[in-house]
Amino acid sequence: MRIIKPEMKQKVSLKVNGDYYTVFVRSNKTLLEVLSNDLGLTGVKYGCGTGECGACTVLIDGKPVSSCLMLALDAEGKEITTIEGLSHGEKLHPVQESFVKHGAIQCGFCTPGFVLKAVALLRENSHPTEEEIRNYLIGNLCRCTGYAKIVDAIMALSKEMGGK
Amino acid sequence: MLALTTRVLPEFTLAIPGTLEEAVSFLAQHRDEASIIAGGTDLLIQMKRRIRKERFLVHIKKISGLNHIQYDDKNRILKIGALTTINQIEKSPLIRDKFPLLWEAAQDFGSVQIRNLATLGGNLCNASPAADMAPPLLVLDGKVKIVSSKGEKIIPLEQFFIGPGKTILEHDDILTEVLVEEPPPRTGTVFLKLAKVKNDSAKINLALKLTLGENDVCKNLGIALGAVAPTPIRVRKAEKKLINKKVCEESIKKIADISAREISPSARERHSTVEYRKEVSKVLVKRGIKTCLRRIKQ
Repeated sequence: MRIIKPEMKQKVSLKVNGDYYTVFVRSNKTLLEVLSNDLGLTGVKYGCGTGECGACTVLIDGKPVSSCLMLALDAEGKEITTIEGLSHGEKLHPVQESFVKHGAIQCGFCTPGFVLKAVALLRENSHPTEEEIRNYLIGNLCRCTGYAKIVDAIMALSKEMGGK
Repeated sequence: MLALTTRVLPEFTLAIPGTLEEAVSFLAQHRDEASIIAGGTDLLIQMKRRIRKERFLVHIKKISGLNHIQYDDKNRILKIGALTTINQIEKSPLIRDKFPLLWEAAQDFGSVQIRNLATLGGNLCNASPAADMAPPLLVLDGKVKIVSSKGEKIIPLEQFFIGPGKTILEHDDILTEVLVEEPPPRTGTVFLKLAKVKNDSAKINLALKLTLGENDVCKNLGIALGAVAPTPIRVRKAEKKLINKKVCEESIKKIADISAREISPSARERHSTVEYRKEVSKVLVKRGIKTCLRRIKQ
């Protein structure tokens, strides 16, 4: 049985956006803290810390999770995707482009979470209805624009991809 | 101590056992100071808020045999491993087909991000009066398998909860599996949830299971309500009143009234008054029975 004491730093290998990183973390470090503070991936935001706002959303093996509620040690061996992993150089991901085109961004704090959720949704269901989009976005809060433009951006992209 | 931030977790020792035996012996050794961590979506929030002060966490995700959805055709029994996530339940065609009630509750559970982490075992062991998976499993007469240093036992879920955040689990007990029998033909089920916004915990949640016999007489009825008593509860007195009776507008109203008398919402909880939740429980019970009737006839 492995016992990790509070003062012990544990060596962990994380695969983030296709790259491998070795970090030394304590047992109580959340994945959010390690991604944002240790690896400098500041697109992962601390919002509420209790899994309600969605600002810390990352994809683990393609599935959205709240990184504020996951121990960093738990993410070992998993494929982690943050907002930084979506674009290729200056070429944005189609979801990001659609958000820009539809003005689905204001202050930008919630945007990484929303974009990652939209990416996961469209992978699961390439032609969602408006209701399906709204349902899927539960758990991500935006305090600037409201949700209409975000839903529009996802609907429009789905249509471009050959949807209804 | 007051929690100043939910950014950081307090310090703890993390134990990562490879087998159930190791986990049980570690728990037995550290008793009150240790808790199991599974999905972490309840426990880590409580620790960040300094509501819980565990010195040891036992991480059980490396233990094999705790994450499965199996259906035993012969005995019509579904077995769900404690580490199965709510998302796995929601995505299981088998559960959607044979246990639509569990599927429906899983759909209404938190947000996608939470469903991908939260486990069935964790939802039950955290014992929130508002736990969304509890009412469905209560009306399906679900059982839980518990492993400890003394061996293994299976008990009805109805005996499992004893108060807010409290279960019958002893220090070295681990809930390993949930067992549910498939309901008979001509059974309709429904899960209803009332919350401020959709990913909030329930102000009231309800699971209902209705089986009709000949001439549409009620053969069996199960009603379970959450967030309106110290634990999720079956309203047994109300259920009994409908057995062998014709289901009609009048009998439905009576059942709803009796249900409301059996619950005891707490005044300071869930951002709504006792009166409101008593009144709205009646509405949910009525709506629940009617939905079941409609589903049986579909």
